Amino acid sequence: MNIIILVKLVPDLVEELIIDTSGVALDTAWLRLIINEFDDHAIEQGILLKERSGGVVTVVAPDIEGIDDVLFTAAAKGADRLIKIKGDFGGVNNHALARAFSTAVKELQPDLVLTGVQANNDLDGSVGPLLAGCLEMPYIGYLSGVSVSEGKSKVRKEYPGGLIAEMDVTLPAVFGIQAAEQPPRYVAVSKVRQMMKTSTIEEQTVSGVDMVGGPKIGRMFQAQTGQRATMLSGSPEEIATRLVVIFKEHGVL
Amino acid sequence: MNQDIYVVIEHLRGQLAEISFVMLAGARELAKGLGVDVVAVMLGHKAQGLAGNPSPGSLQCLAADKVLSFDHPALADFTSDAYQIVLTDLIRKDQPRAVLFGSTSIGTDIASLISIKLGLPMVSSCRSFSAGGKFVSQICGGKIMAEGDLPGPTALVTMVPGGYKAEQGQSTQPPAITEVEVPELESLRVTLVRYIEPESGDVDITKEAVLVSVGRGIQNQDNIVLAEELAHALGGSVSGSRPVIDQGWLATSRLVGKSGKSVKPKIYLALGISGAPEHAEAITDSDTIVAINTDPAAPIFNIAKYGAEIDLFDLVEVLTAQVKAAKGG
Amino acid sequence: MPERIDFWGIPFTWGSPAIFVYFLMALASTILLVRFFLRARLWWRVGRPEVRWDRVHIRLWCLIKYAIVQIKILRQKFPGIMHVGLAWGFFIFFLGTALATIDSHFLKILQGNLYLVYKFVLDTFTFLFLIGAGMAAYRRFIQRVRRLTLESGFTWSLALITLIVVGGLFTESLRLAVEKPAWALWSPLGWLLAQAWIATGALDATLMNWHLGIWIFHLLVVILTLATLPAGTLLHILTGPLNVFFSKLDRPVGQLAPLPQTANGEPLYASTLRALTWKQLLDGDACTECGRCQDVCPAFAAGKLLSPKQVILSVRTALHQDGQVLLNTVTKEPLLVGEKITDDVLWSCTTCGACVCECPVFIEHVDSIVDMRRYLVIEGRMGTELQGALENLGRYGNSFGQSERMRARWTQPIQHPIKDARREPVEYLWFVGDYASYSPTLTDITAMTAEVFRKAGLDFGILYDAERNAGNDVRRVGEEGLFEMLMEKNSVVLSKCTYKAIITTDPHTYNTLKNEYPANGVERRPVLHYTEVLDQLITTGKLKFSKNLGYKVTYHDPCYLGRYNGVYDAPRRVIEATGCELVEMPRHTDGSFCCGAGGGRIWMAEGEIQERPSEIRIREAVALDSVTAFIVACPKDVTMFRDAVKTTDNESRLEVKDLAELVHAAL
Repeated sequence: MNIIILVKLVPDLVEELIIDTSGVALDTAWLRLIINEFDDHAIEQGILLKERSGGVVTVVAPDIEGIDDVLFTAAAKGADRLIKIKGDFGGVNNHALARAFSTAVKELQPDLVLTGVQANNDLDGSVGPLLAGCLEMPYIGYLSGVSVSEGKSKVRKEYPGGLIAEMDVTLPAVFGIQAAEQPPRYVAVSKVRQMMKTSTIEEQTVSGVDMVGGPKIGRMFQAQTGQRATMLSGSPEEIATRLVVIFKEHGVL
Repeated sequence: MNQDIYVVIEHLRGQLAEISFVMLAGARELAKGLGVDVVAVMLGHKAQGLAGNPSPGSLQCLAADKVLSFDHPALADFTSDAYQIVLTDLIRKDQPRAVLFGSTSIGTDIASLISIKLGLPMVSSCRSFSAGGKFVSQICGGKIMAEGDLPGPTALVTMVPGGYKAEQGQSTQPPAITEVEVPELESLRVTLVRYIEPESGDVDITKEAVLVSVGRGIQNQDNIVLAEELAHALGGSVSGSRPVIDQGWLATSRLVGKSGKSVKPKIYLALGISGAPEHAEAITDSDTIVAINTDPAAPIFNIAKYGAEIDLFDLVEVLTAQVKAAKGG
Repeated sequence: MPERIDFWGIPFTWGSPAIFVYFLMALASTILLVRFFLRARLWWRVGRPEVRWDRVHIRLWCLIKYAIVQIKILRQKFPGIMHVGLAWGFFIFFLGTALATIDSHFLKILQGNLYLVYKFVLDTFTFLFLIGAGMAAYRRFIQRVRRLTLESGFTWSLALITLIVVGGLFTESLRLAVEKPAWALWSPLGWLLAQAWIATGALDATLMNWHLGIWIFHLLVVILTLATLPAGTLLHILTGPLNVFFSKLDRPVGQLAPLPQTANGEPLYASTLRALTWKQLLDGDACTECGRCQDVCPAFAAGKLLSPKQVILSVRTALHQDGQVLLNTVTKEPLLVGEKITDDVLWSCTTCGACVCECPVFIEHVDSIVDMRRYLVIEGRMGTELQGALENLGRYGNSFGQSERMRARWTQPIQHPIKDARREPVEYLWFVGDYASYSPTLTDITAMTAEVFRKAGLDFGILYDAERNAGNDVRRVGEEGLFEMLMEKNSVVLSKCTYKAIITTDPHTYNTLKNEYPANGVERRPVLHYTEVLDQLITTGKLKFSKNLGYKVTYHDPCYLGRYNGVYDAPRRVIEATGCELVEMPRHTDGSFCCGAGGGRIWMAEGEIQERPSEIRIREAVALDSVTAFIVACPKDVTMFRDAVKTTDNESRLEVKDLAELVHAAL
């Protein structure tokens, strides 16, 4: 079973997000990039599949600052191969990323490609289905359960209200992971550091970066806080008293 | 080739999803500016009735100028392979100005595939359209907005709720339905096996008048009892956002959010919830949202009516005591 | 002339009894030594090597203090006196027997006045022994003290040693009853018992038969005791002093051992006994099952499954069940962690060190627990809350998951700007700590502390955004790699600053900066807790208080300030200088009862608990007459105890204040 996991980095929402001087992109000065949470789940799901049914797990990611640590962490969890795609990926959109991935992925001849169902900076669709389009593979997203057998896979797809649809897919296919079957495991820092010494990250270069298919952004701005809530202040007791009044007004008390 | 705005209607097990109406509302706004039609695209099997029954005065019909219906057993339930084959075919032939999909488990499975297959530009997370037919999308947990010209020749757009009310996409008149021939649907790679109902759980949070909802800020399972006591005192129930359910601290039946339930209580008390779009879209119908969060920049404060920048652990027990006193006294 | 007679009353018909006695004793001793060797051998054959035989003179001194004089056992009155009676008795009898042997074969010293003193001392200690034995029987059968292991093995041991002593007393008294020497009163107890024999009216010959019989019986009991010593509960006679001799001298209590490595430089995790050192295995065999550690353990008191006594006994059981297997099998090593000692037990420890402080035989429970936690961490076996905290610490350098840029947000409302130690030289570099910086309920106290420093005229600065969690509790959780990473980051920042000393308000930070950073290559500088600095300022007259507060307060010694680092007096002097009356907590200084937040517990889910340690402590404080304030000197204590005051409904009765608040009010 040849499993490939695609990983990208996204802005850390803990930090303050500011628009840069161009007005169409985020200011990178204070921006921290972290692994896309859903890609982290994809890694976990991939490792779980390997532990259950055997196989080889390859993690592929674009070469941007901070990616090495992410790849070595994946290796510490059990990934077998790490591939970094080199190219000019600053400010690139998902169409370009998907195209860059597709050459590498095609060569690897996967049975299964896993990636996060979405990322917080997606503006032109998510990498998963775009890649599926490039490779002409089927795509299903919002998965919270994956099992594989010869040439096919059974998946659990999430719908609103907690409804699940169980579907059969012929492999090879691309899956968009919403949640792994267990939360991403912890990896001790020393294990990651050990991986840095013992594992290698393979590099592949991609010729150009093709952003065709993404929208052109005219203006980027911070979400309006127009109708901001009426803020209550004071001691906890004072705030609680105000809230009790509000509850009474609504006939709840 | 036409300049119409197509909307891919979403339905699940005989029920129209609310996003369909939101998309129609957006489509109407776009179409008005361009002076073109809104075309609803419905894939299904014997599901035409969903387009709406003529019932004077009742708003339950699709507010579209016409409906293109694709009827085939393989389309009875959504599967990404079958749907993308049909839609790719349609879009290639018709080349409309824009096709709107839901940014959902259904829409996101197909929109991007079609974008690559047909080489058409795509915009996702679109919340609304502004004057001049520009798209306005939200990213980064709802904190950042991006605006731009609607790309051509055919823009594929996935839409999120929040920009329009469902009523704006509904009408009293059922639109005219045209049956369209469905292309070959052989050797589909994705098939539906079955649906699995969610555990009913002890409580139906969609019917509660008061919800005390907890997010990551509750920190661990032991602290949930604080929310339960407050909920009990208020005669309501406890619900939670995605991180809380993922950790297993609350049952799935208590999930409020995009993949959980949409709720409309009188009071929605959000404790330690940041208010990311996936959660926000599920609570906008509440009468009053009260948000408690130590982060002043939390998006929840933009949809809440009242807020307090205070640690929930400082407030909850005090509030529970005062509520009990108010009831008992 | 009074003198000792060799083998009085023992017939020489079959030759000298000496040969008979020495032969049997040699046999018994050989059995003892062989059995002991076979048992002890497992320590160094299964366990890792460790050098614990340096500075022999200090070790011998420890041996005298703790194994002979037994000052630690005397920390508790009743069992202390009991054990001293039993143990010193036997030390004296051993010396007595040695003197008798010298007297027999080498130099006739036991004659005249020396002999009389000899007899008197022996009798006195016989008396003390019997008191001790009586106290022991009372404790085991009537009081049935919970912390003890009330099993037959202990009864058997008590019976054996009592029989030995009683046998000795009987033979002496029977001889005195026959001989009736003029100096009989120098053996008061023996002479008293002799009156009973005399009163029976038995003939001398009868008495001498009884004497012979009991003498033989006494000898046989001694043989039996020696031969069974390594297998029974008397083993601690050998292993206890050994454990004291080999106790931790090479590093301060507040410094953990580094992660061990195999011969090829691979890290070694304590999943099996083999990863523990021989000393850690000796800990298991030295345990006397007294249970004092369990009695002072906050986790045990809270109703969690952790008992430090049971952890150590599990190591012992594992060694004796699996020891031989470990030496012979190479394939599947029996696990220690997860099987004999469960994950939950290991995660319940707050690393407060009370167990280590109490243990009369110097067992190092905390070190072993941390070693085993290191294994759990590398396997990813931890609760989701702890995982979240560690991931936040790794990514943001604090457990709150907030940006580094928010660390100094507490300084914004302060009027007088605080120096940036990264940019300008300062005398005192204030390492603020996570909780004081990020916790919204504590930043007021932090601001107050800054003002106190300013008014005291201290030249101080902080590291602003460059500070990271110092790593004390990260290390105690067992995430050694993350600790190293945090330490590396902090030391890079510190190396670029110019300062004379580091001050901190957080005892955990204090402990690691003082005891662990220098050992890991960071330049050694004085590290002071703010109470030490305030104390210095008060005694040199640089800090004067304008108000006399006059509150009646009590003080809670923080574990990492008190027990771990011996800082007890400075905070007390500061409290008194503010004009408050200090009433000591029943459990104070090194007996202080932990708030329950240490060892990473504050990052973990509470789990099944009967009563929180912090609540137990508050109840202890509330029982103090008319004390209105509970003074603490650690930000985590503030958090834990304020919560506990609320949950125990004591808000009107007791207020929790940080010492900084008290000082601020008195300025």
